[in-house]
Amino acid sequence: MSEQKVDTGKRDFLVAATSVVGGVAAAVTATPFVTSMFPSERAKAAGAPIEVDVSKLAPGEMQIQEWRGKPVWILRRTPEMLEGIAKDAGLVADPKSEVPQQPDYAKNETRSIKPDLAVLVGVCTHLGCSPQLKAADAKADMGMDWNGGFYCPCHGSKYDLAGRVYKGAPAPINLVVPPYKYVGDAKIIIGDDGKVA
Amino acid sequence: MAAVDKKPVTGAGRLNGVLTWIDTRFPLISLWESQWGKYIAPKNFNFWYYFGSLAMFVLVLQLLTGIFLTMNYKPDAAQAFASVEYIMRDVPGGWIIRYMHSTGASFFFIVVYLHMFRGLLYGSFRKPRELLWIVGMLIYLALMAEAFFGYLLPWGQMSYWGAQVIVNLFGAVPFIGERLSEWIRGDYVISDATLNRFFAFHVIMVPMILLGLVAAHLMALHEVGSNNPDGVEIKKQPKDEQTGLPLDGIYSHPYYSIKDALGVVGFLIVFAIVLFFLPEMGGYFLESNNFIPADSLKTPPHIAPVWYFTPFYSILRAVPPLFNSQFPGVAAMGVAVVIFFFLPWLDRSPVKSIRYKGPLFKGALAIFVFAFVLLGYLGTEPTNVWGQFGSWLQHADRATVFARIFTVLYFSFFILMPWYSKIDRCKPEPQRLT
Repeated sequence: MSEQKVDTGKRDFLVAATSVVGGVAAAVTATPFVTSMFPSERAKAAGAPIEVDVSKLAPGEMQIQEWRGKPVWILRRTPEMLEGIAKDAGLVADPKSEVPQQPDYAKNETRSIKPDLAVLVGVCTHLGCSPQLKAADAKADMGMDWNGGFYCPCHGSKYDLAGRVYKGAPAPINLVVPPYKYVGDAKIIIGDDGKVA
Repeated sequence: MAAVDKKPVTGAGRLNGVLTWIDTRFPLISLWESQWGKYIAPKNFNFWYYFGSLAMFVLVLQLLTGIFLTMNYKPDAAQAFASVEYIMRDVPGGWIIRYMHSTGASFFFIVVYLHMFRGLLYGSFRKPRELLWIVGMLIYLALMAEAFFGYLLPWGQMSYWGAQVIVNLFGAVPFIGERLSEWIRGDYVISDATLNRFFAFHVIMVPMILLGLVAAHLMALHEVGSNNPDGVEIKKQPKDEQTGLPLDGIYSHPYYSIKDALGVVGFLIVFAIVLFFLPEMGGYFLESNNFIPADSLKTPPHIAPVWYFTPFYSILRAVPPLFNSQFPGVAAMGVAVVIFFFLPWLDRSPVKSIRYKGPLFKGALAIFVFAFVLLGYLGTEPTNVWGQFGSWLQHADRATVFARIFTVLYFSFFILMPWYSKIDRCKPEPQRLT
């Protein structure tokens, strides 16, 4: 070869420039692969409001409806259950529902539009399991101060009958109250409260 | 061409010609000799040294059975559960292939946990084997991912709700969590999209990563050489005048080929007993709830991950939320796994092996193993399994309190190691193997 010296500065510059351009190209090429894993248009579209007839729901009875792939609980609370909610104020972490886990019209003690009818997304705010209804007589399992509520089998979070989370539970915040509205006395629409969501 | 300088292959009888032909075109003999045939290992490998080769054996078993399962499995939320039952009932031999795969998964973890425990016993993670240990830990992480993705595929209740919980763990990451878990699921809940992609991860992505990491693990091992129950570096020993090997070194082949073959025979006896008589292991290897099709509206009354994840699951449950966020629990669980990576730098003991370590390290290791097993047990049970303390401890669940205590002990083993391993009264390491 010739007597020329290797210009290492030029070589380093070319290596760096090629790496940067190649890196940008790789990042741009990765975009469709990364975005393909986000929810598809079809998944996004499957979120229409649902209409539920609650006229046949007896006091103390709970009905589960599917809304956006998640269970929504509709529970007709008895007067004793509502008394239990009043007693729970000292046991729950956020008794006044300060964390916005509900529409403004459900920011009250029972976390509902009408006191007796609870509408809650039945998905634990810890890691997404669906808690179970445990009546007030389950004191042997749930502890002596249990006034009825929901118990999450996955990690032991407890909620009262208004969906307020117990202090010391793994779950950090109250259950979600979905947007809903009454159509007459006997029907509710979940997912649409007449406001711009 | 270097190939011209190679010696012809001898000692293979009629195959000499063929092997010579290949060896001049491919580094066949040098690969065999560097990776196994002429690999010099310490002569005192004991029972604990079976589990490396057994892990490879189980990997092959899982790959083989997995390929045959994919021939009949349908990664579709509407068909997945039924296709697994189809394999179990209608495909000739399907039941045994499926049980080999599901039992194999648990045995993979049994073997890998014992392999890791061997590393803890004899200090196999210590210099110069830090990178070997790190690659091993990456294999362990890949194995956890593989097991997790695979467990969704039968689309039973445990599959569904287990995946729901684990994917939501990522939702706990501050700020980006919600988007991140949607990105992993491909939907707002676990759905067909999730099942389909987990299938892709389980059968293509993670197995490829696993194979690459296993190759790297073996190459790193054969570069630095094996540790042994005495923790003595045989490479530093003088060479034997006749053989040219280190005084306490022997060739892997045939000595350890024979030993490992015996290990496989022993393993297969145990494996076959479980496969034929206890394939579900009383709900520990295959949980009974997983024989109910996935129902997105109803969580089973008691859910728990499969046993090999439960120590970490217990740690997750034990940490209470802080600042309206469950992230601390998730972070603690992550750290409980990742902290193993740092072992090579946490152990400051002058000796490697438990044989020469003092009472402090022995005690700490015993407590750690007990904590790991106890947390593992608690993770399989509901949090109220041991009842409550009563009014004097605010009706706290006994199991939760114990999980918290043992979570602290678990982390103490690692965090305090630089201290107790340094002041421990160790015995002097010998020059030769004992």
